[in-house]
Formats: sequence, structure tokens, C-alpha cells
Amino acid sequence: MTNASLAQLRELTLMRLRTFFREPSAVFWTYGFPLLLTVALGVAFRERPPDPVEVAVVDDDAQAAPGAAAALARALAATPSEAHATTLPRAAAERALFAGKVSVVVVPPSASGDRPRTYLYDPQRPDARLAERIADDLLQAADGRRDAAPTRHETTRAPGARYVDFLLPGLIGFNLMSSGLWGVGYVLVELRYRRQMKRFVATPMRRGLFLLSFVLMRLVFLLIELPTLLLFGALAFGVPMRGSLPLLVGIATLGSLVFAGMGLLVASRARNLATVGGLINLATLPMTIASGVFFAASRFPEAVQPLIQALPLTALIDAMRANMLEGAGLADLARPLAILGAWGLVCFGAALRLFRWHG
Amino acid sequence: MIDGNLAIDCRGLVKVYDGKVRAVDGLDLQVRRGECFGLLGPNGAGKTTTVEILEGLNQPTDGDVRVLGRRWRDDERALRERIGLSLQETLFIDRLTVEETLRLFRSFYTHGPSVDELLAKVSLEEKRRALTMKLSGGQKQRLAVGCALAGDPELLFLDEPTTGLDPQSRRQLWEVIAQLVRAGRTVVLTTHYMDEAERLCDRVAVVDRGKVIALGTPKELIATLGGSEVVEVVADGALDEGALGHVDGVRGVRPLPDAPPGQGVTLNVDGLEVALPAILDALRGWGRRPTVLRTHRATLEDVFVHLTGRQLRD
Repeated sequence: MTNASLAQLRELTLMRLRTFFREPSAVFWTYGFPLLLTVALGVAFRERPPDPVEVAVVDDDAQAAPGAAAALARALAATPSEAHATTLPRAAAERALFAGKVSVVVVPPSASGDRPRTYLYDPQRPDARLAERIADDLLQAADGRRDAAPTRHETTRAPGARYVDFLLPGLIGFNLMSSGLWGVGYVLVELRYRRQMKRFVATPMRRGLFLLSFVLMRLVFLLIELPTLLLFGALAFGVPMRGSLPLLVGIATLGSLVFAGMGLLVASRARNLATVGGLINLATLPMTIASGVFFAASRFPEAVQPLIQALPLTALIDAMRANMLEGAGLADLARPLAILGAWGLVCFGAALRLFRWHG
Repeated sequence: MIDGNLAIDCRGLVKVYDGKVRAVDGLDLQVRRGECFGLLGPNGAGKTTTVEILEGLNQPTDGDVRVLGRRWRDDERALRERIGLSLQETLFIDRLTVEETLRLFRSFYTHGPSVDELLAKVSLEEKRRALTMKLSGGQKQRLAVGCALAGDPELLFLDEPTTGLDPQSRRQLWEVIAQLVRAGRTVVLTTHYMDEAERLCDRVAVVDRGKVIALGTPKELIATLGGSEVVEVVADGALDEGALGHVDGVRGVRPLPDAPPGQGVTLNVDGLEVALPAILDALRGWGRRPTVLRTHRATLEDVFVHLTGRQLRD
């Protein structure tokens, strides 16, 4: 590359960096927002003992023996780590159940004995089934039931298996995707819409360098985004990094390139900001949901798995999770990296063919 | 035949949009090297389409265009190095400073003045560290000219450089353009201000509905009106145009647009001191009283009205 081309590339890249860092909202959405999201989710899923289940005991049942409700509530409250009981009239208890404030409602048995103790709950709700089991266990034990066999329970909390460990690679991938598409795609269309692109094209500017400056800018930003999120995760939550760091940087770089290429592609024809905004949402929304940012992609039905596994964000997040949490090496990651590479080639190839410089 | 003295040679230019709108309709244009050439016409006349085709930013439907002796199709890169331009209503990148913007444009060209020289040429030295979004309209237009000069162009296109500016900013920009012309650059400028064309342009092409309807120096075009002054009269009754044509000093008569039919005339006259009393005498003789009486030096605006029967700005 000649000195003149280098000077051109430097000015074009500086233009992007300057306009980005002088736009406070862009800086916030790129750096502040993912950090806040990590903090919020990290706090929501912070380490603490499991919550006791919420149980309501009906205290206005006409057939129940006086004091039966209070006795049941006392029996449940005897083990506060397992259950939290409230006595309520029937109507209020049902309302609390429907509102999700309690997971199960216990109705005391009738004094005559023809109606047994009754549990009201929705078996479709996982927390409700658990609450019903725990409440029944506690009450049966209070009634005098004995365990048939002795048991011992050992619990573990290993770093790397917590939700925040799962979440951080997902958020990094999500961030690379959205900043690639918005930072390249949206900005290019804005330049076209404001006729700045036409003005550039009216000069002898090298068009290839113009597009390259956008890709370069994404790589410069990656060098800021990635360490920020990784350091934050390591210092604030102790998220482990079991794999090789250079490999992790390599994966993130590849991902960043792919989404820069996708940004070029969505910007290749769009003339106005509404169109490109729609295209970006169309591309990012399915991946945000299906690619395993917030929960594992394997939760989706078997039939759509080939589709989900072929998405670039799925490949990127899978590779980063495997590297960070399981210490996977290059050989283990051949498949997701190949998927990413293919997406990169297709996006850049199509974008360069379709790109509209005039009008 | 290639004429080496022509900066632009454009023949039979046609641009049809969507297969039906003929924005440019068989336009011929020859611009000589070193002259300031004006394309004058109302909004929608096809000026911008024409200029964008000459700038290689738009494809003609038909016709032959040579710029600096070359064709866009064959020599785009070389041509881009040699021309400079400003688009209509240029938007800059808001959060770049004046200096950064000029440095960016300068980096696109192999040769050209330094950024300091560019700042001086368009008198923006004091604004060098200002963000482009903070500039006034006049400063933005001067920055646009500065960007156009970044490659030290032989040929400069300025599309409506002073539209929407206040009088002082317009004069400031005229001075910048006049200096460029004095320095020997070829300038093509579009405008719908006749005073701008008269002041800056060596030659003017009046464009209407995609065609050149008159071509010449501003003086020549005004001379076609037959008189150097214009008198506009509206009377309290019908006027006899034929009789007015025979009044002393009157060289031409036509209806005044926007006046009640038959009651208003535009007169091209020579020697206002003779013609005006004669016109008033004639009116008195016919028992008419002028309700409106205006006179001004003949301008290109009058030429346009004379040629098309319409005002330049509507």
C-alpha cells in the first residue's frame, strides 16, 4: 500500500473513531449498556441460598377444625430455609396463587375427616410442582412420616457453572453483533442518506479503502470492548477463562469481521435509515432469541436445531463459551469457526457485489 | 472533433427518469477553459441533473459528454483528480471539525494545497477547530468550496453555492469564487439568482425544461431585450400595447405577469429620462392613471421572463 493510500485509510478511520467518540449515546450503547446489563443480571442471579417456597394456608375453611390452619402454617414455618407460609382466606389465597405470589395453596382437612388435606397448584409451573413437593414433605414429616432409607446430600457451587458465567460470553457475542451491524450498517446508510457518500464518491477516494476503514474501526473497537467486558466479568464475578486467551481474541476478531461484513451487506442497498434499521432488527432479533445469548440454544426443538446451529451468532457464542468455560482448543472449535468463516465470505462477497455508491 | 480549449463539451444530452420524466431534453453546452460559466434557470429546470451528469455522478440516457477532453466511462479516476465540486445543500459530518474535514478531503487527492492554504482560501482560519455542525450557512458553503478545492482542480462545479444565504454571506462567497476565476480556474456554477450570474459569470446559459433557451454574456442576453432599463406599469384600465410600443424610447412591450389582464405592461426602454415622461404623457392622453409604476435596470430575470413568460422564481 502506498503512502498516499495509507494516509487516506488513516484519515477515513480517524473520521469514524472521532465521530463515534464524540457521540455520547453511541459510546453508552456500545460500552455502558452491556456493562449495566451484566451488572443487573449478575445481581439478579447472584450467589445466595435458594429461596424458600411461598405457601398460603387457607384459614377460613368452614369444615376445617379450628386452629388447623395455624398448626399447618407453624409446621411449614419450622423449616424457614425451605418454606415460607402465610395464612389467608380462601379467596385471597387463590388470588395470590394466580398472581404468582405463592406457588401452592394448602387447604386444611375437614374436621369430619371425609376431605383430606388438599394442595392447590398449577403443575405447568415448575416452581409450583417443587413447592407442592416441599410443602407435602414438610407436613408429612410433621405428621410423623419417617424416611425409608437414610440419605446424605452434598451440594457444589463451582465457578463456571453459574448463570453469570454462561451469560458473559453470550453478552460479548451479542455486543459484537449489534455494534457490527449498527456501527457499520447504520452509519454507512446514514452517510448515503445525508449524501456524504455521494460527495466522497465525487473525489478520487479509493472506495475499497473507504469500506476497509469501517472494518478497521470495528477491530479497533474490539480491542476496547473485549478487554472491558472480560476484565469486568473476571473482577466483579470471577468468571473463569479456562481456554487460551489468544484463541479467544481470535474468535472474537473473526466474529467481529463477520458482523462487520453483515453490516456492509444490510447497508449495500438501503437508501434511508428506516430501511436499514428494519434490516438490522430483522437480522439481530432471531439471533438474539435463538443463538443462546440469555439461555442455551439447545432449549429449542430438535427440528430447528440445524438452522440455529448455522447462525453466526450461535457459532460465535458456542466457540467463546467452549473456550472460556471448558478450555476448548482450536481443534475442538473447528466447526463453529468454519461456520463463522463461511458467513464472513458470503457477507463480504455479496456486499461488495451489491454495494450502491451512487444515489 | 475535439476542441482543446473546451473544458466541457456536451452534445444532445438527455436524461429520462423512470422512463417518462424528461429532466434534460437535448441539451448542448460548451464551456471554455478559464471562464466562469453560469447555468441559470428556475428550480426543476434540469440544472442539477445536468451538472451531476457533467460531474460523472449521474448517467445520461443519451448524448455525448466530454470533460477536460475525456469521457467519464474511460477515465473516471483521472478526471476525479482534476475536478472539484460542491453539491447542492452539502451536509457535512457533524462531529468533525473544519480542519479534520479538509484534511480528510485532502487525503483523497494526490496533489493539492495544504490544509492551512485551503483554510486561508475560504477564510475559515478562525473556525478551524469548530465542529461542522456549529457553522453558519455561509461558513458551511465556504467549507464546501474548500473541500472542492482540496485537489487543486482545473475545473470546479458549484451547485447553487449561495442558495439560502444572507446578503453578506453571499457577497463573501462571491469574493471567494471571483478569486478562483481570476486565478485561471474554470468554474461552472448553477444558480437561480440572476444577480449572482451577472456578477460572476463570463457567460450564461439560460436553462428551462431541460433545454438551453439562451446563451451569451450577461450583457449580450440583456441586450436582446432591446433596452437597458425596464418600466413596469399597471393602469386603472385597459392599455394599448401597440400604441405603447411607439412611445419615445420604448424598445419592447410585453404583458406584465401577475397584473389584471390587459392592464399591466413591461416596457424595455433606452434612456429612462426621455422614456418615462413620454410614457406618463401617453397614459394621460388616453385618460389612464398608473396604479403601479416601477423601473429597474434590465437583468437576466427580465431576459428569462421575456423568453418564457414566467418568473424565474415562483
